[in-house]
Amino acid sequence: MLRRLHSEQPESFAFTPDNQKWAEAQITKYPEGRQASAVIPLLWRAQEQEGWVSKPAIEYIADMLGMAYIRVLEVASFYFMFQLQPTGSVAHVQICGTTSCMICGAEDLIAVCKEKIADKPFTLSADGKFTWEEVECLGSCTNAPMAQIGKDYFEDLTTESFTKILEDLAAGKAVVPGPQNGRYAAEPKSGLTSLTEYESGKTQYNASVQLAVDLGDSVKRIQGDEVPILTPWIGKDGVVAGRAAEGQPPKAPEAPKPAAKQAAEAKPAPKKAPAKKAAEPASPEGAAAKAVDEAAPETLTEARGGKADDLKLLKGVGPKLEQTLNELGFFHFDQIAKWTEAEVAWVDSRLKFKGRIERDGWIAQAAQLAAGEETEFAKKAKDDGRYED
Amino acid sequence: MLKDQDRIFTNLYGMHERTLKGAQARGHWDGTAGLIEKGRDWIIQTMKDSGLRGRGGAGFPTGLKWSFMPKESDGRPAYLVINADESEPGTCKDREIMRHDPHTLIEGALIASFAMNAHTCYIYLRGEYIREREALQAAIDEAYDNGLLGKNAAGSGWDFDVFLHHGAGAYICGEETALIESLEGKKGMPRMKPPFPAGAGLYGCPTTVNNVESIAVVPTILRRGAEWFAGFGRPNNAGTKLFAISGHVNNPCVVEEAMSISFEELIEKHCGGIRGGWDNLLAVIPGGSSVPCVRGENMRDAIMDFDYLRGELGSGLGTAAVIVMDKQTDIIKAIWRLSKFYKHESCGQCTPCREGTGWMMRVMDRLVKGEAELEEIDMLWDVTKQVEGHTICALGDAAAWPIQGLIKNFREEIEDRIKAQKSGRMGAMAAE
Repeated sequence: MLRRLHSEQPESFAFTPDNQKWAEAQITKYPEGRQASAVIPLLWRAQEQEGWVSKPAIEYIADMLGMAYIRVLEVASFYFMFQLQPTGSVAHVQICGTTSCMICGAEDLIAVCKEKIADKPFTLSADGKFTWEEVECLGSCTNAPMAQIGKDYFEDLTTESFTKILEDLAAGKAVVPGPQNGRYAAEPKSGLTSLTEYESGKTQYNASVQLAVDLGDSVKRIQGDEVPILTPWIGKDGVVAGRAAEGQPPKAPEAPKPAAKQAAEAKPAPKKAPAKKAAEPASPEGAAAKAVDEAAPETLTEARGGKADDLKLLKGVGPKLEQTLNELGFFHFDQIAKWTEAEVAWVDSRLKFKGRIERDGWIAQAAQLAAGEETEFAKKAKDDGRYED
Repeated sequence: MLKDQDRIFTNLYGMHERTLKGAQARGHWDGTAGLIEKGRDWIIQTMKDSGLRGRGGAGFPTGLKWSFMPKESDGRPAYLVINADESEPGTCKDREIMRHDPHTLIEGALIASFAMNAHTCYIYLRGEYIREREALQAAIDEAYDNGLLGKNAAGSGWDFDVFLHHGAGAYICGEETALIESLEGKKGMPRMKPPFPAGAGLYGCPTTVNNVESIAVVPTILRRGAEWFAGFGRPNNAGTKLFAISGHVNNPCVVEEAMSISFEELIEKHCGGIRGGWDNLLAVIPGGSSVPCVRGENMRDAIMDFDYLRGELGSGLGTAAVIVMDKQTDIIKAIWRLSKFYKHESCGQCTPCREGTGWMMRVMDRLVKGEAELEEIDMLWDVTKQVEGHTICALGDAAAWPIQGLIKNFREEIEDRIKAQKSGRMGAMAAE
């Protein structure tokens, strides 16, 4: 199934102040530098707030988490719960159609959707209130057939009870989710066959339905002020106890920034020294470093005096490679001129074009350029202005 | 039949008090610090002795899995990740634990994390379980408020956090390395192994991924002893187990039973029998969508455990999600729906699975209508064999097995339908 951004996008997106607070609280669940882990919960909250996930929402969350836009788009399009197009103003109805539900009558429920909502999934109903789709197993198989509407599961459905629920929702009436045939939860319908002594003292509804009834937010657009925002894992002293007791996980690899940003900011240098990388068994670079005889050359975190040499004047280095070299920590000709054989191997294994350093004689070229001399290529490049914008 | 006092999940249906107080009244969180005091080695050894096999489908011994974690930290933290991405069609057991008996899971998380030197546990819940997430988070909050989590959790001297995380509707995230990728904020695409998660998992740190039920049974096993748990079921198939029976039984339900219970007893005791009686039983998928189906007549006396279902019937216990189909079911279509499921859920990373699941579904499409040649049955079989075992994770296998089960057990039905379509006459099936 092709999942693309919708053709019509809103101007902008922002979390409501409470949702923003909620989102920031979620990020504290993950170790420092690992905030990207929060991407799914945040995208989900954006969808709960707006009904679907728009391009501005993706960009907003990417900025919030320091992720490249493409990484967040990738997540939004990979996971099927993210609706990339507007959904019904009241609710998006999801019918479980997988085998257990299918053999118990899910196809009849789909027929109701086709009749009452729209002939095709993901299409707005005439009144704009509903959209529907058939989804894969929702994990309520002993209560088949079932549908998820908004936050809630409506279980043990018949075409009649399902039609009634849709009608009530359209009329703005409150609906009670859960089993619609008088069952409490997932127990046998005819009565308990086990745990009979635990039947006493039961509340009116099972846990899921109780929450739905208490909060009344089944199909509500979530603003963040419905329930208090709690972060019990942050202790009174402001410390996350478990995290404080353990070491730090290895740093995440630097996420590539969107092109627009790369041009705008000075290139941040790789945070960790390459030598340290080799010590981490988890990093793929580390594994490679062990296999080949390599040595890490000296790198810089930024150009000396803030002014980098134009590495493009080396034959074989274009704008892309220059950028890669900068990211690795090379900004000056004299740095390159000093590379040893083992260091060339180190750089080589990090470039996409293996063997280019030797083939194009970078070291000799760099030595000339570092000494203030011209090379034939550098002269040509300057004369024809091939790298000028 | 299992007695109520031997059931671990005493609030499976949520009819009893669901708060911490209720859980404590039923015996949970009792002497947790004392269990932890007995030490890591004792906990792992007891888990090994109990014979608990992972409840997420693969049935790998839980105690053994824990012992793979490094004994000493090399500076990196260790993590316990609980797989609550219950998405295998037919499976709905963990949901009942999380919404109705959540403290079994939280207490288990503390003990298991201690045993593998982890101060942090992430629970990865499937995105659709929104109320379950709220219920479980409420229980976690309650545990924090009562000092059972956080600094010096439950007075054990162990600092410990539980974080609830969720996905967004990808079946593949039930695979442990895909789950880790997803938890890191990426697409859920399985990783190559090795390195195994115990060496380099979440954030490149030692990680163990366990199913909800595997962790939730831990405290009770430790409290009542390995012998007690090992006393249920046949050797190598020990313990009690949540069964989820769906489809054409009179009373579908989730129920905790002893392992190695016979299928007939399970159905008669708890599900009110097969719809239309035992003679009306066509086929059973005994362990969630990924295992091959079994013909009804072979199922009646079947013993519901790992070794019997696999060894004798060529199927598997999987997650113990039993899907029952009576003779009014179009079995070809039922399996076709599973093919559609796997096509939808293939992450697209490995070519045999990405292309193969679509290929298999399209052939199944035609088999459902009978618009195919007889040779195509063997061709389909052949394709399933080319997908099986040639992918990074087991989704490829899981897509292949249901079709293999169909061809092995119901070849005649497929052939009849093709012949009927060709001759234009109603086949034997429709004459019934």
